[in-house]
Amino acid sequence: MSSLLPSTFSRRSFLRTSSLAGGGMLIGFNLFTACKPKVEMPIDISKLNFKDFNAFIKIAANGMVTLYSPNPEIGQGVKTSMPMLIAEELDVPWSHVHVEQGALDTTNFTRQVAGGSNSLKTAWVPLRQTGATARQMLVNAAAVRWGVDASECTAKQGVITNAKGETLGYGDVVKEAALLEVPENVGLKAPEDFTIIGKDASNVDITEIITGKPLFGLDYKAEGMVYASVLRPPSFGQSLETVDDTIARGKDGVIDVIRFGDKVAVLAKTTWQSMKGKEALIAEWKTETTLESTEFHDKKMLALLDGKDFQTLRSDGDVKKAFKEADKVVERTYESPFLPHNCMEPMNFYANVTAERIHLVGPVQTPAWTATRVAKLLERDEEDVHLEMTRMGGGFGRRLYGDFALEAAEISSLAKKPVKVVFSREDDMLAGTYRPAIKYRIKAAIKDGKISGYHLKEAAINGNMYGLIPNFFPAGTVDNYQVDVANYKSNITTGAWRAPYTNFLAFAEQNFLDEIAEIMEIDPVQMRLDMLQKVKGTTDERIKYSAERMEDVINLVVEKSGFKNPKEGISQGFCAYYCHNTHVAEVADVVMENGIPLIKKVTVAVDCGVVVNPLGALNQIEGGVIDGVGHAMYGDFTFHDGVSDAKNFDRYRLIRMGEAPKVETHFVKNTLAPTGLGEPTLPPAGAAIAIAIKKATGHRLYKQPFIRNMEPKEIIG
Amino acid sequence: MPTYTLKINGVEQNVEASADTPLLWILRDNLDLVGTKYGCGIGQCGSCTVHVDGTATRSCLLQVSQIEGKDITTIEGLSKEGELHPVQEAWKEVDVPQCGYCQAGQIMTASAFLDKNANPSEKDISNAMHGNICRCSAYKRIQEAVVLAAEKMDA
Repeated sequence: MSSLLPSTFSRRSFLRTSSLAGGGMLIGFNLFTACKPKVEMPIDISKLNFKDFNAFIKIAANGMVTLYSPNPEIGQGVKTSMPMLIAEELDVPWSHVHVEQGALDTTNFTRQVAGGSNSLKTAWVPLRQTGATARQMLVNAAAVRWGVDASECTAKQGVITNAKGETLGYGDVVKEAALLEVPENVGLKAPEDFTIIGKDASNVDITEIITGKPLFGLDYKAEGMVYASVLRPPSFGQSLETVDDTIARGKDGVIDVIRFGDKVAVLAKTTWQSMKGKEALIAEWKTETTLESTEFHDKKMLALLDGKDFQTLRSDGDVKKAFKEADKVVERTYESPFLPHNCMEPMNFYANVTAERIHLVGPVQTPAWTATRVAKLLERDEEDVHLEMTRMGGGFGRRLYGDFALEAAEISSLAKKPVKVVFSREDDMLAGTYRPAIKYRIKAAIKDGKISGYHLKEAAINGNMYGLIPNFFPAGTVDNYQVDVANYKSNITTGAWRAPYTNFLAFAEQNFLDEIAEIMEIDPVQMRLDMLQKVKGTTDERIKYSAERMEDVINLVVEKSGFKNPKEGISQGFCAYYCHNTHVAEVADVVMENGIPLIKKVTVAVDCGVVVNPLGALNQIEGGVIDGVGHAMYGDFTFHDGVSDAKNFDRYRLIRMGEAPKVETHFVKNTLAPTGLGEPTLPPAGAAIAIAIKKATGHRLYKQPFIRNMEPKEIIG
Repeated sequence: MPTYTLKINGVEQNVEASADTPLLWILRDNLDLVGTKYGCGIGQCGSCTVHVDGTATRSCLLQVSQIEGKDITTIEGLSKEGELHPVQEAWKEVDVPQCGYCQAGQIMTASAFLDKNANPSEKDISNAMHGNICRCSAYKRIQEAVVLAAEKMDA
């Protein structure tokens, strides 16, 4: 049992407590690090210090629990699922828990983490530990009150009970609990005792969303704020020579026109006025570097694939020897375009730069990096930067880059006014940080009915696959295995896009494996299961996927989709993949109607460990699959002379309701730590539908978007 | 700049704006009704959907000079006297949103549609909702919520 002596805080402690001035107990904690020794806890709820703590828990005298988290919500539901972990171990009814984004304006939000598929995985133990430790403090306080040993007391659903059956609510003991020493090494619940984890919980912001409350960056307003529309170089490779702003300055509501670098900002009283003002600018541009086109990129990437200048990211055995000794060699090339992110909420940011401080508000996934760059840009102390995050109308990787926040800061600094930069949809699509165009060439050696060699080459624009991606399945399953990469440095900006690299790699590899199985005349499912045997018990530390977990998702999807005995008229495409720590297998069902393939359904088997919030998890899985189907089918983003052909949704097709297949999800049930769901179901979807379309039409797809590369040319979801 | 009298959510309001200003920006910037969202500005995504005399309309394509005398309802005016509209209730029950940005537009399209079609088929629903993009692809839940809302409104 822990000591109940009044506290001097442990230097190693990851949480701190205080009694709140208005009553109740406040717990501040750090998700990934211990609290700094000298940091003081506030006693006033309006002074939460998010610079030194990740989050706070308030337990009020009436037993209600409020979680204050500065973490932003991109749409993956972590604002709901992460508090569930705390509430589970704190052992309070979920209905007593209220989640609030940390109070705005009084705090420094720059030290926070901003979601991603890793959020739940990294938070799984620390957040439960926080809840369990807080619960133990409440139990200890009740034990002191009763004069009994804490080990004789139990806590459940917000009520502490002693051996005599007497009870105290959490709220009754918060005052004493706040003064106790923080216990260490408090045990966690066994998964079978969970009462909140594994149960459906609604999105905590649902009412605000459906009633149109101001939650998003674009909704944020401040006193004296003006709107800025920014004219940027029309093509990648151009810079600004001169600008004539005479007409623009005469437009209704225009307050100022400011040139900064190769850009020109028009400041006006309203968004519309700033947009009209921007249209009235007359700019001359000069071409500084090559204005690139899709045809040019295609040639460059194919030349890279044909060349010898590669970096090798993984090499097992001897692929050359395997190809020389093969019974048969198969080589195929797969091609994908650039993709814009097209978050529904266009990029925007608020900045108010004054001599005292730099106040930034808006939707960004990388607050710390953005604050650092703003400070550097304006030659200011980083301590001057106060960055607040709003809810984000989608992220998909685009809001990692913070370029919009830097623009806002620079304009505000020059204009000496609070400014809100708003991208029009055209600005958003033309000044993107796109998913790079990529081509894969995969070559396999077949010998004695097995794949004896596998050589994958990647040619990409700007950057190549990174980290452990070269070691994802099928790495480890083939003796002679090599992954080589090369890239062409383009002036078109590229970056992360939902499930970076795997979003197209999965299509290439899984589609290739399906064709190999077809050529070898073996069952594609059995081929995967046979390949996985070699990975069991591997000592290769780069292999992070599990053969057993892969087998589980494969067997589950085969059973649930009826893959062995498809219904008359249904063509099914199977694939299995691992990325972002999660194992997924998918089967797509395609039927032919009037000679046109229709994607009817995708059956998904997922092993994401413990499913923390099934309601939220299913939403992520369905969204990921449909997003994957949509971009594989329609995502078409070509360039001519440095400018994209699509500038808005009239030319850029996103999947719509009538085209979205039914998604049927099945979870592998286990008690392993949860892994993310925002990304992993997207990559396999493109492969599953391509393989099903091949079965239905006889036409194999090697190039995305499918709509431009298939026979017949029509397809409906 | 001219002044226009607009009837929004049952309240008449005067706004000063140039004649070509889209209703979307009048709502968001002049009247502080930011529930109506900007997505594309060319009537392709449906994020800015409002009701004009009961019909779902893209507010980004509607100039302020065209709408005097019309009855305009925005997402803020859909729920009456603090009671959620049946479509909003259905959205809540199904837990539709992911990022949530497009949902006001989806709800406005669905509510105007269900006012005119009490018993829609699945095909009717996807036709009616075709103009509303959900970038998070929460389409299956949107569809489910429209079906549930139809049941609620019928009851």
